[in-house]
Amino acid sequence: MDVQDYIALAMLLPLIGTVMIWMSGPRPNQREVVTVVTAILTFLCVLQVLPPVLAGENPTLIITEILPGLPLAFVVEPLGMMFALIASFLWIVTSFYAIGYMRGHNEPNQTRFYMCFAIAISSAIAVAFSGNMFTLFIAYEVLTLSTYPLVTHNQDEEAKRAGRTYLGILLTTSIGLLLVAILWTWFAAGTLDFTKGGILKGKIDDGLVIVMLFLYMYGIGKAALMPIHRWLPAAMVAPTPVSALLHAVAVVKAGVFTVLKVIIYIFGADFLTETGASVWLMYVAGATVLLASLVALTKDNLKARLAYSTVSQLSYVVLAGALATSFSLVGGAMHIAMHAFGKITLFFCAGAIMVASHKTEISQMRGLGWRMPFTFAAFLLGALSVIGLPPLGGSWSKWYIALGAADAEQLVFIAVLMISSLLNVAYLIPVFARGFFGPREEEAAQMADAHHHGQEPEPSGHAEPKSRIAEAPLFCVIPLWITALGCVALFLYADRLYAMLEPIVK
Amino acid sequence: MGDWDFIVGHYNYWIAIFLAMAGLYIVIARGNLIKKLVGLNVFQSSVFILYISFAKVEGGTAPILAKGVDAYSNPLPHVLILTAIVVGVATTALGLALVVRIRNDYGTIEEDDIHSQDESM
Amino acid sequence: MTFEHLPALVIVIPLICAPLCVLLRRKDWAFVVAVLATWASFACSILLTIQVMEFETISYAMGGWAPPYGIEIRLDALNVYILLIVSGIGSVVAPYARNSLLLEHIEEGAHIFFSAYLLCLCGLMGVTVTGDAFNLFVFLEISSLSSYVLIALGSDRRALTASYQYLVMGTIGATFIVIAVGLLYQATGSLNMADIANRLPEAGYTNRTVIAAFAFLVIGAGLKIAIFPLHQWLPNAYTYAPNVVSAFLAATATKVSVYILLRFVFSVFGVEFSFETLPTALPFLVLAVLAMFLPSIVACFQKNVKRVLAYSSVAQIGYMILGLGFVSVAGLTASILHLFNHALMKGALFLVLGAVFYRIGSCHIDRMAGLAKRMPWTMAAFAGGGLSLIGVPTTAGFVSKWYLILAALEKGWWYVAVLIVVSSLIAVVYVFRVIEAAYFRDAPEDLRDVAEAPISLLVPAWILVFANFYFGVETSVSVGIAERAAQALMGAG
Repeated sequence: MDVQDYIALAMLLPLIGTVMIWMSGPRPNQREVVTVVTAILTFLCVLQVLPPVLAGENPTLIITEILPGLPLAFVVEPLGMMFALIASFLWIVTSFYAIGYMRGHNEPNQTRFYMCFAIAISSAIAVAFSGNMFTLFIAYEVLTLSTYPLVTHNQDEEAKRAGRTYLGILLTTSIGLLLVAILWTWFAAGTLDFTKGGILKGKIDDGLVIVMLFLYMYGIGKAALMPIHRWLPAAMVAPTPVSALLHAVAVVKAGVFTVLKVIIYIFGADFLTETGASVWLMYVAGATVLLASLVALTKDNLKARLAYSTVSQLSYVVLAGALATSFSLVGGAMHIAMHAFGKITLFFCAGAIMVASHKTEISQMRGLGWRMPFTFAAFLLGALSVIGLPPLGGSWSKWYIALGAADAEQLVFIAVLMISSLLNVAYLIPVFARGFFGPREEEAAQMADAHHHGQEPEPSGHAEPKSRIAEAPLFCVIPLWITALGCVALFLYADRLYAMLEPIVK
Repeated sequence: MGDWDFIVGHYNYWIAIFLAMAGLYIVIARGNLIKKLVGLNVFQSSVFILYISFAKVEGGTAPILAKGVDAYSNPLPHVLILTAIVVGVATTALGLALVVRIRNDYGTIEEDDIHSQDESM
Repeated sequence: MTFEHLPALVIVIPLICAPLCVLLRRKDWAFVVAVLATWASFACSILLTIQVMEFETISYAMGGWAPPYGIEIRLDALNVYILLIVSGIGSVVAPYARNSLLLEHIEEGAHIFFSAYLLCLCGLMGVTVTGDAFNLFVFLEISSLSSYVLIALGSDRRALTASYQYLVMGTIGATFIVIAVGLLYQATGSLNMADIANRLPEAGYTNRTVIAAFAFLVIGAGLKIAIFPLHQWLPNAYTYAPNVVSAFLAATATKVSVYILLRFVFSVFGVEFSFETLPTALPFLVLAVLAMFLPSIVACFQKNVKRVLAYSSVAQIGYMILGLGFVSVAGLTASILHLFNHALMKGALFLVLGAVFYRIGSCHIDRMAGLAKRMPWTMAAFAGGGLSLIGVPTTAGFVSKWYLILAALEKGWWYVAVLIVVSSLIAVVYVFRVIEAAYFRDAPEDLRDVAEAPISLLVPAWILVFANFYFGVETSVSVGIAERAAQALMGAG
């Protein structure tokens, strides 16, 4: 089996898994085993592609020519390798978490859920491995469409409306802006292959570079630049495993990944800095970073707060891309990894809190930390990573982005990064703190409330008395600790990550 | 004077134009379904006249082989028109059949009444 | 074998089987004859395509009478492509017809239905293959008359008025075409299309007769194509016709009419006359853009899903005319390609609606609420066809849009490219309206126990849906032939 087979397998296995999940529908235990096994096998396949990439090669797999000159091509380079590794590893972790959550909540339509998950992961890996913009666009659209049933999982009015926002914004931007940009690129450059140094140099007028960059950046709706970010908070109606993997990792990361790919391999970092076409993007991204953080401060719903935090963090990567210096690009790429682990931990915690205590609003979470110490401790680790404090991974990526801003002589953005870190503290730490500093009497009041309101239907189907809020099920807690420890590991091994990513800017 | 000759000399076209316009006017302006079909027929016959009239060759006789005649009118348009007449007849027959069915289902063959019946559905 | 007579066979087989169907009064026998006839025609057209790919053009003299006096069948890349589409759709839809008709009370008249169906197919294919201008009119009327009959067989009484309206407008259109043919004959003395093309330069491009012929032809063909604003007959005709008829006509009739326009404008009159002497391109472009937007917007408000698809068809025809208006090889390629892809899309969608109608007796969007739970395969097929209509990559619709936008960029008209993209987004709205209704709402009280559609209806629908995806990835055949046809058309000018 050579590397090309592994590339193909990494994308095919989840699809085969989809069919097998469908067939195992009536037997839930078998179905969950299929999901987990597929996830593990996929990760192993992706791992097999790593050694050649670390050695400096670009494993290639070309399938078929769809349109003349536009093959369905996969070329692996360090950035894509990292994204594929993240997506496939976190799929394993999320599968366990999803099993715990979906069963704990007795969710309907679980088979459809796992099937769409698998297809979404397959398309995320396809995005990661894409060798040209055309292939990436196809995988990008498949990702949008396969996550629609996940977002609208509950199939109620709210889900329908959220689905409309989600699909409306993502399809409008991708067909209305991104496709135009791709066609324009194809027409001007004659190729859509990702190439070091970009393919646009000399092919379009300098004045038009800004327009094309605009089309690309706003066309990549998954990167959630303001004002097209609305779909992210809207998608929070989905079950938490969906929010966790897709919106903390796969969907949004596909967005910023595409942003970086476009900047590095379509435009070329030097071309952008020469023409100064990305200065406006720095300001838009910087504004998004700050504004989204401010909005996050006002949100009481934990998932909504995390959603806006994601919008803000995504723009870190866009900002890094806009700065287009070596340090910032590597820093941005590292941030994809750091934020993935950090945010998924936070979302996992939010979901665990939901399952264990049915609470969604932060104001209700007083004293919860005493009942769910593991969850809250992991939350702290994830929060510190997002804030960017050592010894968590997020500190390194912020550091490099700041270095990159200094290189580009855009010192104002260092200030933006620092202010944003402060805001992150302001909206994340209180959640943790509230868990441990609320008076214990609150619990008694809650017990009294439960008795007052009499019998309520138990959505979780558990026979546990409401008064005893215990830690979340193991299937939920273990995954979130794995990812929390991942944040720490990323800090310790950041240099390896940096070394792997360096070739993209050499 | 050349212009006047031109206009008068092409009198067959004027007739055809008049018939065509009359036919189209009937189709548009009349609400009765059968009258519309009549209008359609008038329109089609204008085409027939157009074809046949330009088939005439000055000094030519009817296009039937005969001894001692060397100039014939062009038979091809006549043949074409025979075909077109047949098509026209088939169309009219179909149209009338439809009108009969419409009368059965709607009870009327006035376009306005049919519309108001449909609107109220 | 009789391969030399293939061009004639392809039309003659359905023509002979049509009265056979009437004579065989039994519904099942008529059905078998019809299906076999359509499959035989499809096989013939595939063989003909292979031949044309080798030999460029096939010329066949009907009855041995040599052109330009005899009627000639002339096949080149363009019309063999259309032939493939028409016979292909005809052969996929025919097996579908048997069960679909049951619910629409056409049981007793089934043999008449199949006879009319075969006549319509024969007429459409005849228009496509003939090389004689008047013969084109005759076949056009054969197909039109039989389509009036087919539409009138619908179960709703409004099918009758829809058919009547189509009859009146269609006849006017065909009569305009025959006037054009007559005027061309007057100017050139020939009825053979290739011959007329040769003789036109002598007649002169500023010759008023020729200009008048052009005008009549464009309007006549336009009525048949349902170019906006001559599209009034289409929504009613497609909505109230029996579902199998809607599927068949939506995928074929307008395509053949576009072919008529292409053939005359490019091969007979020639590019120089049609677009340089006369300012034809601009009206086409403007009307096309209007067609892309206005009917799409109207489609968003319709309650009957068949009507949504009908208005969507008018919009899609706008795309085809847009490609024509570019007057470039790229534009024509996109246009011709879209003929093929749209036939696949609309054919699939209407067949799906036929399956829906079969089970719930209606295509009203409120009646279709919550249908996805009870008819998952059917609604999944609708979603597949809908995605192609929107133009999601890996579907046929995407390929058409791609080429169309590229053609616009090639001419430097980026604002037209933007318009194409924006109009695609409107399709997202009306497609997802139906998907939302089927997947998110609760089924109405009396429709809780609906079963999935029968296999005989699902298989043809899924074949076409699958074809949408197949031709969205494997584009060498569809694009290849379209490109050759476009080059031939532009070259001939």
